[in-house]
Amino acid sequence: MKVLVPVKRVVDYNVKIRVKADGTGVDLANVKMSMNPFDEIAVEEAVRLKEAGKANEVVAVSIGPAQAQETLRTALAMGADRAILITVDGPIEPLSVAKLLKGVVADENPNLVILGKQAIDDDANQTGQMLSALLGWSQATFASELDLGDTTAKVTREVDGGLQAIEVTLPAIVTADLRLNEPRYASLPNIMKAKKKPLETRTPDDFGVTVSPRLRVIRVEEPAGRTAGIKVAGVTDLIEKLKAEAGVI
Amino acid sequence: MAILLFAEHDNQSLSDQTAKALSAASLIGGDIDILIAGKNAGSVADAAAKLSGVRNVILAEGDTLEHRLAEPTAALIVNLSGDYDTILAPATTTGKNVLPRVAALLDVMQVSDVIEVVSPDTFKRPIYAGNAIETVQTTDATRILTIRTTSFAAATGDNAPAPIKTIDAGSDGTGLSTFLENILSKNDRPELGSAKIIVSGGRALGSAERFQEVMTPVADKLGAAIGASRAAVDAGYASNDLQVGQTGKVVAPDLYIACGISGAIQHLAGMKDSKIIVAINTDEDAPIFQVADYGIVGDLFDILPELERQL
Ligand SMILES: Cc1cc2nc3c(=O)[nH]c(=O)nc-3n(C[C@H](O)[C@H](O)[C@H](O)COP(=O)(O)OP(=O)(O)OC[C@H]3O[C@@H](n4cnc5c(N)ncnc54)[C@H](O)[C@@H]3O)c2cc1C
Repeated sequence: MKVLVPVKRVVDYNVKIRVKADGTGVDLANVKMSMNPFDEIAVEEAVRLKEAGKANEVVAVSIGPAQAQETLRTALAMGADRAILITVDGPIEPLSVAKLLKGVVADENPNLVILGKQAIDDDANQTGQMLSALLGWSQATFASELDLGDTTAKVTREVDGGLQAIEVTLPAIVTADLRLNEPRYASLPNIMKAKKKPLETRTPDDFGVTVSPRLRVIRVEEPAGRTAGIKVAGVTDLIEKLKAEAGVI
Repeated sequence: MAILLFAEHDNQSLSDQTAKALSAASLIGGDIDILIAGKNAGSVADAAAKLSGVRNVILAEGDTLEHRLAEPTAALIVNLSGDYDTILAPATTTGKNVLPRVAALLDVMQVSDVIEVVSPDTFKRPIYAGNAIETVQTTDATRILTIRTTSFAAATGDNAPAPIKTIDAGSDGTGLSTFLENILSKNDRPELGSAKIIVSGGRALGSAERFQEVMTPVADKLGAAIGASRAAVDAGYASNDLQVGQTGKVVAPDLYIACGISGAIQHLAGMKDSKIIVAINTDEDAPIFQVADYGIVGDLFDILPELERQL
């Protein structure tokens, strides 16, 4: 079985981003970029499926600027077999990404696509669900456990009230939540090996998809800030403040 | 044209997140219908009918809708979509699961996690874990939105009831996935989303037993909900539904007490709109103190029992 794993290049999760003074966006110049953490989990899951003999090929795909090649090399170093980059400059919306991925699915015929549940830059949480809809496939979002069979998969999902187990018919879309696994660090030999693995470059035109945005970004601004309050000496002091000053207990 | 609100419920009671999303819908303006998709969910429909400003409640019941699996539920909404120019839902795990599927089927780009309605087609939403707020205008004919409910007050629920219309559940989208079981956390505490006070624990708690031992008495005294950081959930000290943050629950109680939580941006994203924040941490430089109204530098294993005694 072939597994497709889309990965996104995003601002590293440790970076405290800054909003541009002119309100046009977030300042990405000289900022550390990494693979979206949820996508790392997705890659890890796919590679584990291969190691367990349940998948025979893992294909990583990224949609983004030329530098997203680095992100794909990371996926290859983690154990993906080959990679596809669809080059797009500038921001791209989940709906367009889903349309491009649908094209990749048509070429590659995977039986399973594992995506991160959300990207930590736009925090949209849409791409997996949209791809599933466009393909008419089953979907299992926010997965914390994946038990893959030949024709179905049992997926445990993280939901507001706890956990939910569902069974999806293959082919299926799964989106990874935080606790699906702990991604490995690629070893140095594997990083070296990854440099020789195939990486193919495509464009949106190859798939006949226009990527013009549907949402017009009017402004990006800083959130209302919070200022640090005071340190109190102890519990008595705290209770007194919460009662008299804040009036919350 | 009109607005369709996809309701959050458990077939027995209507979640107050629906009433909050309804307030967002009212700000957009237009006739508002509420869709209840479920099974034996008549009491939910009755409750929805009494919310203020509702034109009709649409009730669709069937086995395939009992757990609101994404495929049949999205198909149902798509079948209704012709009558609406706005379709929205609270940004719960159900709303997040279903609405993007609807959006793609209608060739619409969804606006996720709306925190402010600027005009009927323009909305504010957080990006980068809430470290930036983006104002976006949709250009699609249909607008599809999920609503971050902490940003809206609940609509009142004791009005003269709106009519309830029953529709067929339909069979589109069925057979792709099957519900197996819910493993829901059971407790009689207030829900994280609606609690006035939240006591939240981090990695410092050290074990599930100690998490229980130290956090529960304080929460009981305060009538509070219990929350947790990702580190505490990953380590198994608390269940996944208690995780507060960018990728967990977003909360805004009157009082949030962060115990042994460092204050990573991903955690702050879920709680920094709380009215009053208290931080208890041994490290006086912990980032959590930068957002805390009141901080105590000290060991939570001393401070929490003391707090419980003095309350
Ligand atoms: C993609 C992604 C998504 C994430 N989503 C979330 C999310 O939704 N929610 C979330 O919380 N995190 C999330 N995180 C994780 C986040 O980055 C932090 O790792 C996490 O919040 C840390 O949890 P913590 O504060 O409990 O642990 P730590 O950072 O280890 O902090 C423990 C704190 O306890 C203090 N301490 C130790 N002993 C004591 C004591 N005896 N008494 C008092 N204080 C003590 C320490 O000084 C320290 O400040 C996410 C990370 C990623 C990459």
